[in-house]
Amino acid sequence: MSAPVLIGYFDSEERVLEATRAVREAGHDLRDVYTPYAVHGLDAAMGLKPSRLTWVCFAAGAVGCTLAMSLQLYTSVVSWPLNVGGKPFNSFPAFIPVTFELTVLFAALGTVAAFLARAKLFPGNKRQALPRVTDDRFAIVIAPGQKPNALDAAEALLRDHGAVATDLREVAS
Amino acid sequence: MSNQHLSPLRVPLVSEPRSMGQLTEEICAPMERAPTWKWWVAFGIAVAVLATGAGIVAYQVGTGIGVWGLNKTIGWAFDITNFVFWVGIGHAGTLISAILFLFRQKWRTSINRAAEAMTLFAVMCAALFPLIHMGRPWLAFWVLPYPNTRGSLWVNFRSPLLWDVFAISTYFTVSAVFWYVGLIPDLATVRDRLKTGFRKAVFKVMSLGWTGSNRTWSRYETVYLLLAGLATPLVLSVHTIVSMDFATSVIPGWHTTIFPPYFVAGAVFSGFAMVLTLMIITRVVLGYEHLITLRHLENMTKVIIVTGGLVSLAYATEFFIAWYSGNPYERFAFMNRAFGPYAWAYWTMVTCNVVSPHLFWFKKIRTSPAAIFVLSLVINVGMWFERFVIIVTSLHRDYLPSSWSMYTPTMVEVGTFIGTFGLFFTLFLLFVRVLPIISIGEVKSVLGFARSTPAQAETPPSTRPVPVLDAPEAARNHPPLAIATRKDVPV
Repeated sequence: MSAPVLIGYFDSEERVLEATRAVREAGHDLRDVYTPYAVHGLDAAMGLKPSRLTWVCFAAGAVGCTLAMSLQLYTSVVSWPLNVGGKPFNSFPAFIPVTFELTVLFAALGTVAAFLARAKLFPGNKRQALPRVTDDRFAIVIAPGQKPNALDAAEALLRDHGAVATDLREVAS
Repeated sequence: MSNQHLSPLRVPLVSEPRSMGQLTEEICAPMERAPTWKWWVAFGIAVAVLATGAGIVAYQVGTGIGVWGLNKTIGWAFDITNFVFWVGIGHAGTLISAILFLFRQKWRTSINRAAEAMTLFAVMCAALFPLIHMGRPWLAFWVLPYPNTRGSLWVNFRSPLLWDVFAISTYFTVSAVFWYVGLIPDLATVRDRLKTGFRKAVFKVMSLGWTGSNRTWSRYETVYLLLAGLATPLVLSVHTIVSMDFATSVIPGWHTTIFPPYFVAGAVFSGFAMVLTLMIITRVVLGYEHLITLRHLENMTKVIIVTGGLVSLAYATEFFIAWYSGNPYERFAFMNRAFGPYAWAYWTMVTCNVVSPHLFWFKKIRTSPAAIFVLSLVINVGMWFERFVIIVTSLHRDYLPSSWSMYTPTMVEVGTFIGTFGLFFTLFLLFVRVLPIISIGEVKSVLGFARSTPAQAETPPSTRPVPVLDAPEAARNHPPLAIATRKDVPV
């Protein structure tokens, strides 16, 4: 099953922002916008919700913190209590540096892993970028739908908002 | 360009007019052309130094670390000096990429990639020293907490040296991940420029299928912000923990509470000096004067003035407290630093770190790359001597005059230190050849930052279609560049 998508190419950040807003207002099915760099305001224009990766970061950090504390308590208090100058076995303040480091380590690796998984980025990925969008073009991808004239209307909209080129492609839906 | 953010106050970050396509060409150019003879000369020297260093390390590992100049009084000198020196240098990279990012300092975009790479290479050099110091580096895994065959013997989590293991390895890992995440969009840019071949395959794997989708960009920005937020306290913690190696002991001159902030300030100070040294060479060799502009250099020298001031304040505070505390051992340690047998090292340190940064108050010096280059080297030397002074002068005369002694490094120690410079520069030169050393995506996003001029304000936004790069008009507007024609691409 394949469906045609309409791609509009733009050459500036401002035009792509305007066009994205217009595409949503006109009620077209906006698939995605492709840009060579992170364009500010595009999330709002596309109506994307803020990412929940911050929660992943917090959870991964909490896991790291707990693991680090447990490891130190187990090794220094339970498994091999070592009397160093009469200091308590559970010398909590001395465990803070390692706990801090492991919290940060888990939070960082956990967040990046979640990001790669969620964005489906992995080695051996077969996806190809649209022409020039990793260089100097911005692209809006619309699925015009089955209505008559929808394709023409969408193309006219993109052209009106300064698209430098448009392209129709069949993609697996 | 229509995507300009104009303001009468906004100084452009990229000082020559450039289109996005030109920027991509320019930044990718060093990776796509054959290396120049200058690069080969530099690389040859770096590899030769590295090979010599490796030979010396092999010799000392084979013979034992008795070949060092250490004695019973000074059991810890050159290697820890170099360790702290290299770790400190690494800090500016994370500072530029993380802290300046959180402060929304857009000027970081041209220098963050190279600075982060510098961090990674510096930390690698640093990690070598504790490894070699072990004498039996193949047993280095003993520092890790793993269930082992010697009963329930575990590592000692109360030891600052073990904290170091965790701090340095976490710092290295997080810096590497931060660097790589920042690279992914640019790897995709390079991938899409290459036609076929081995490099294309490598970049295809490394760019993980990046398409520039805004859904991905949106998450990417969140991740980048989170990593910056995590890396920032990490920078502070790493050098704090390194300083605790000393501060938790009872040696006069080491046992001071000012060490953590003092070490962090010193690390940023030396790190920025090293970034300047590298950036000044890079911008000239690769012709990036309009990307790594005088403004970048000037901003970094301002950071140096501040951190140099902090370091000077720390020196003064140490001296004041040594006198004010009324502790005779502490007082002696500091008098011995300034007027004892290692006074030459102390005054070298003071000249380089306290006096020389003040030259940057003069605008003329601050905007002269040659002067900045010389001063950045001076500061690097000064910061090396700071660590040497802290370590050797505190150890060589402690509580018991009967155990006083002197220390001179042997050729083996000096050779190992020089060898790490070989490693550092070899890695940096390879990095310049194989990866984009300026963040292409981030610089594109600040390309439109410009001061508004009356001419620009009067001109309405252009309604012309595609600004084709090989059009004669474009050629007139932009300085000549080797721009490939883009006829293969329809848009």
